[in-house]
Amino acid sequence: MILRNTLLTKIKNFTVNFGPQHPAAHGVLRLILELNGEIIMKADPHIGLLHRGTEKLIEYKNFLQALPYFDRLDYVSMMAQEHTYSLAVEKIGKIKVPKRAQYIRVIFLEITRILNHLLAVGCHALDVGAMTPFLWCFEEREKLMEFYERVSGARMHAAYIRPGGVHSDLPLGFSDDLYIFIKQFKIRLLEVMEILSNNRIWKNRLIDIGIITSKKAIEWGFSGVMLRGSGIVWDLRYNQPYELYSELDFEIPVGINGDCYDRYLIRVEEMIQSLNIIHQCLNKLEAGPIKTDDIKVTAPYKHEFKTYMESIIHHFKYYSNNISLPIGETYAATEAPKGEFGVYLISNNSDKPYRCKIKAPGFGHLQALDYMAKNNSIADVVTIIGTLDIVFGEVDR
Amino acid sequence: MNIKTVANYYNFLPILIETNGGSELIYIVKKNNLLHFLTIFKKHINLQYTLLSCISGVDCMNSNYRFQVVYDLLSVRYNSRVRLKIPVQDLTNIESITKLYVNANWWEREIWDLFGIYFENHPDLRRILTDYGFQGSPLKKNFPLTGFLELKYNFIEKKTLYSLFEITQEYRNYEYTSPWC
Repeated sequence: MILRNTLLTKIKNFTVNFGPQHPAAHGVLRLILELNGEIIMKADPHIGLLHRGTEKLIEYKNFLQALPYFDRLDYVSMMAQEHTYSLAVEKIGKIKVPKRAQYIRVIFLEITRILNHLLAVGCHALDVGAMTPFLWCFEEREKLMEFYERVSGARMHAAYIRPGGVHSDLPLGFSDDLYIFIKQFKIRLLEVMEILSNNRIWKNRLIDIGIITSKKAIEWGFSGVMLRGSGIVWDLRYNQPYELYSELDFEIPVGINGDCYDRYLIRVEEMIQSLNIIHQCLNKLEAGPIKTDDIKVTAPYKHEFKTYMESIIHHFKYYSNNISLPIGETYAATEAPKGEFGVYLISNNSDKPYRCKIKAPGFGHLQALDYMAKNNSIADVVTIIGTLDIVFGEVDR
Repeated sequence: MNIKTVANYYNFLPILIETNGGSELIYIVKKNNLLHFLTIFKKHINLQYTLLSCISGVDCMNSNYRFQVVYDLLSVRYNSRVRLKIPVQDLTNIESITKLYVNANWWEREIWDLFGIYFENHPDLRRILTDYGFQGSPLKKNFPLTGFLELKYNFIEKKTLYSLFEITQEYRNYEYTSPWC
């Protein structure tokens, strides 16, 4: 008996620390991987290394000051989040948004979607080993961020979509340039697809990796591309339309196998659909106000407060005290590029949000990593993190 | 569920059903009935709220029940949302729903981390967002915005060390009584 015990060596799993400073971890993700050879037995994500206490900070700021925090959550799809927050404020305050503002919002939401998917596809390709598409994608991202800069003055953290409308009107010549961009971007996108879609290495690394069935996708509370990749037709733009999406014509790409390759194809197809939506909006864009004329909830126009005393009073009150919302609560959810981005806002008749819970899609997706990565090899973890499309600004908040 | 007397029957009803301006459906439910309601919402053929969007905690400082735990459910089948609210008193536990909804895991961990509400039968209740070894519940209303500790690089020790937070000027919280409404 003693002999037998000494001869038998117990094999223990090997534990590896992946991150927090790892280029494929998409930021500051610390993964504790339990390996059996090269096979993942357990993946335990440690998050919170980028926790900045956004929800706590928002409780101490007024409704306008809280807005820029949303840009900084998911820092690759900025306007999608400030839009969700604005929707929540508008829902509680019962604020109506004029048509032109809604078109401008939709244009920028779709620009944001392209911006996000370009990074998602580009960085995913980089993680898997293709350098070229990454560079091409970032070239295009730069152009899109110039559109951001033209309307708001900031390349990334725009704070452009505000409760009651948007901050300022489109500058002269903006629509023409956006149209030129759409025309040329389709060709750029085709180039990226050409280098990836039929690429042998890309397909080998992505097909049948990170498969999630439609039942499991719902069980894990997925949303956005992750849900559509598993074959569920669910797009909040279509199912629970906000802004003008019910008037616009677009298609919802849906996957079949629920693997990483399907989700890549969906992301590319969604960019094409976004171009389509922007094109429709540019055609329908009509003249009109870009924010509500209710002077209590929006800042007065510049030309007004140069001439009217009342406007200057309101301008002062708006930027020092901002609006106060009646007692109420709402859960506003939109189809952000990464999935369902929700803001659960509670107001208590004061000028500050009582509680602002941020439902980040990445947080929900990342907790399924353990399930998705199990029994895959360690190289596939990188692919799966890439396909989850997580950004730590929103996961950690 | 054993409904024998009328008094017992009332125990299973929701405390309040609200429609938030007709757009959102809110159920306020007793803590003990949480799992019953969620099971019905998830399994009933005409409801099928199979997707848990998120769980959020709310600190209601001045009410009888200190916290509210809010469950946002989504039915992909019928395209509808429902919200369940559980009032929780300070220092009381709440049942974990990870057996029903797998993805409740991290949301409950987050609430445990930020509010200090303990979830019974949770498989892995650790802190999630705050630093290793953090103490306190940051999202409680009586937790100061600046916190108690700050992290600084110590040149003598040659590593980052926690020290007590020092600020030359108090955080000024302007409380306006709003003239707007």
